[in-house]
Amino acid sequence: MSTFLGMPAMRAGRGPSPDAAPGTLGGVGRPEDPLHWGATFPDAAKAALENEQLRRNLGNATRTIRTKRARVVGEVPDWEALRDAGSAIKADVLARLPELLETLERNVTARGGVVHWARDAAEANRIVADLVRAKETDEVVKVKSMATQEIGLNEALAEEGIAAVETDLAELIVQLADDMPSHILVPAIHRNRTEIRDIFLERMADAPPDLTDVPRELAMAARAHLRRKFLSAKVAISGANFAVADTGTLAVVESEGNGRMCLTLPETLITVMGIEKLVPTFDDLEVFLQLLPRSSTGERMNPYTSMWTGVTPGDGPQEFHLVLLDNGRTKVLADEAGRSALHCIRCSACLNVCPVYERVGGHAYGSVYPGPIGAILTPQLTGEKSDLPYASTLCGACYEVCPVKIDIPSILVELRAREVALAGSAPDAGDRVWKAAMKAASFAMADGDRFRRAARVPRALRAISRHGVIKRLPFPGSLWTRSRDLPEPPKQTFRDWWAEREDER
Amino acid sequence: MRIALAATCIADAMFPQAPKAVVTLLERLGHEVVFPPAQACCGQMHVNTGYLAEAVPVVRNHVRTFAPVADGEWDAVVVPSGSCTGSIRHQQRMVLEGAGLPAEARAATAVAERTYELSELLVDVLGVTDVGAWFPHRVTYHPTCHSLRMLGVGDKPERLLRAVEGLELVPLEQAEGCCGFGGTFSLKNADTSAAMLDDKVANVVETGAEVLTAGDWSCLMHIGGGLSRAGTGVRPMHLGEILASTREAPVHPADREEVSR
Ligand code: SF4
Repeated sequence: MSTFLGMPAMRAGRGPSPDAAPGTLGGVGRPEDPLHWGATFPDAAKAALENEQLRRNLGNATRTIRTKRARVVGEVPDWEALRDAGSAIKADVLARLPELLETLERNVTARGGVVHWARDAAEANRIVADLVRAKETDEVVKVKSMATQEIGLNEALAEEGIAAVETDLAELIVQLADDMPSHILVPAIHRNRTEIRDIFLERMADAPPDLTDVPRELAMAARAHLRRKFLSAKVAISGANFAVADTGTLAVVESEGNGRMCLTLPETLITVMGIEKLVPTFDDLEVFLQLLPRSSTGERMNPYTSMWTGVTPGDGPQEFHLVLLDNGRTKVLADEAGRSALHCIRCSACLNVCPVYERVGGHAYGSVYPGPIGAILTPQLTGEKSDLPYASTLCGACYEVCPVKIDIPSILVELRAREVALAGSAPDAGDRVWKAAMKAASFAMADGDRFRRAARVPRALRAISRHGVIKRLPFPGSLWTRSRDLPEPPKQTFRDWWAEREDER
Repeated sequence: MRIALAATCIADAMFPQAPKAVVTLLERLGHEVVFPPAQACCGQMHVNTGYLAEAVPVVRNHVRTFAPVADGEWDAVVVPSGSCTGSIRHQQRMVLEGAGLPAEARAATAVAERTYELSELLVDVLGVTDVGAWFPHRVTYHPTCHSLRMLGVGDKPERLLRAVEGLELVPLEQAEGCCGFGGTFSLKNADTSAAMLDDKVANVVETGAEVLTAGDWSCLMHIGGGLSRAGTGVRPMHLGEILASTREAPVHPADREEVSR
């Protein structure tokens, strides 16, 4: 699903970033691994924070959608019960995933579809490329899909000489700019209108030369561009929001109608879907089709819901392939603590309420999955050491809004413990400092007598305080005093005061 | 009632005015306060940073120290911090279970069940919202994330504040937005933390309040540090400090250290 949310009005005169590499339009480029790229989170965040325009864009966009979401969620009297139901269905799916996947395969096959299994990105890309090549075409249209972003399908197809055209407006903007999405739902949230006009003028061959940055004009230009693609494409590639095991039905929900064009016009449809996107029965969709649009776009219902079951002679695509993607998911499934990350229905509500995401934007996370869900999903999928579990204050806003009740803060804490364990095997200088500090603090904080002595230590800092505050501390205290004062430590700790008082009695 | 005080490590060492105020307040309300000196810290920092092994001895010490509440020696434990209460309630059992200490994990649950954040203790356990306080100042309230979402204290702190004679409570824009402290987050992601702090400081200044209050000194240390750096003159004060203030023994926002008694 996508909306126009990603096109904030421009305040300052800023087009594509002036320090962008030549030949690009200020995007981050297309990385080797879409799940893990770029600088460390703190460094990437620092760079993003320096971009005032980006911060304003993000602040406005996330505030707007937060307010909208809160309003439409407030209208539903049984919202909490719906969340419980969504969570319970997902837990059930994960508990019997192999069985349900086989049921799905059976039902898709029975209705004339073909099911393929892909263990990783390379396998999935290979399967799709072979299917497209068999159709003897060099251009395919695409419905916005996180799964194909995750495996870098477009780049893999390009290597085979196949052009994959994104048809979601925001996704098209990202693709034309050679950029990466910075939001699950609004991939071009980091762009403003003027940047979009520049991108169209430079990269979209049939853009009108007198194009302005009025949203309607931009949309019309994209529409004319895409219409030609829809009408000529023989193959479409989509993701799936849901797959119903019992009936073999696939579902995509969206706002622009481009998805429906892709799903109905071409002769062949290839759907790439993460294996966790299942629901057991058709009735279960009732729950998710209420939870998803309100959580994601703040709408009561999404404008387009497309469902298809195998093939229907004489109507729609006559060939249907379903690629079931693992790419690390069974590994996540095996982890009891982190498993519920697979409940995610990619609504992006957690991104929009996250105070960290709001400040730094999506690219800082260095993954196609940014924000709170990205911070728990990405490290689990890659299994690599990561600083993403620390990219949160544990404020809990994400858990509060998640329509399927993923306890993101608790999973973050679990993953931090995993990071500490990973750091133990090959520690760098920073890891050693943290470990030593935590050990020392543990020693001092595990005993009242030891703590009594430790608690008196800050008192020594009174020597450097002026007018009741400390403005500068040496490293690592400088990390604090760089942007905040520290109040002067007290002359007497609480426990010393208490002891004195007891003595006086 | 006999109420044991868990002062929290940060307030004990850095902001003794908060636990002192709790003592003043509860004694004024006719209760007996006990301070078990073996206490040190609840283990939150270690757990939240991922150092579970290092958290174990800290958590064990907390549970051992406050175990008497489970046997009825005290009626309740009070903590002047939402996040420490959250850690006691939602993390300690998990840490001890993970360390293979099921009996201590059960003891942790028993302690947690009788442990309350200050506004919870006052409103839910002691049944008072008007504590007889007097504090003739303009105050704004920041609902800290853990009080708000981990504990769900709701509007209890505001109800307590509204009952304070002379106090003018002014609403804070984007009140529920995190201030950016997040414990070690403020060091590990110092720049992002500072960006969040900037917005919080701007919103606090916008209220025109003299005093910013909250139920947690860790967040107040962070926001207060920002308020001070920006030269705003707005004073951070713990909820308990305001509630401890009376006509007879007023607490002035400018006197940081001494809660008169
Ligand atoms: S984690 Fe929850 S809130 Fe975030 S995108 Fe997934 S379903 Fe939505």
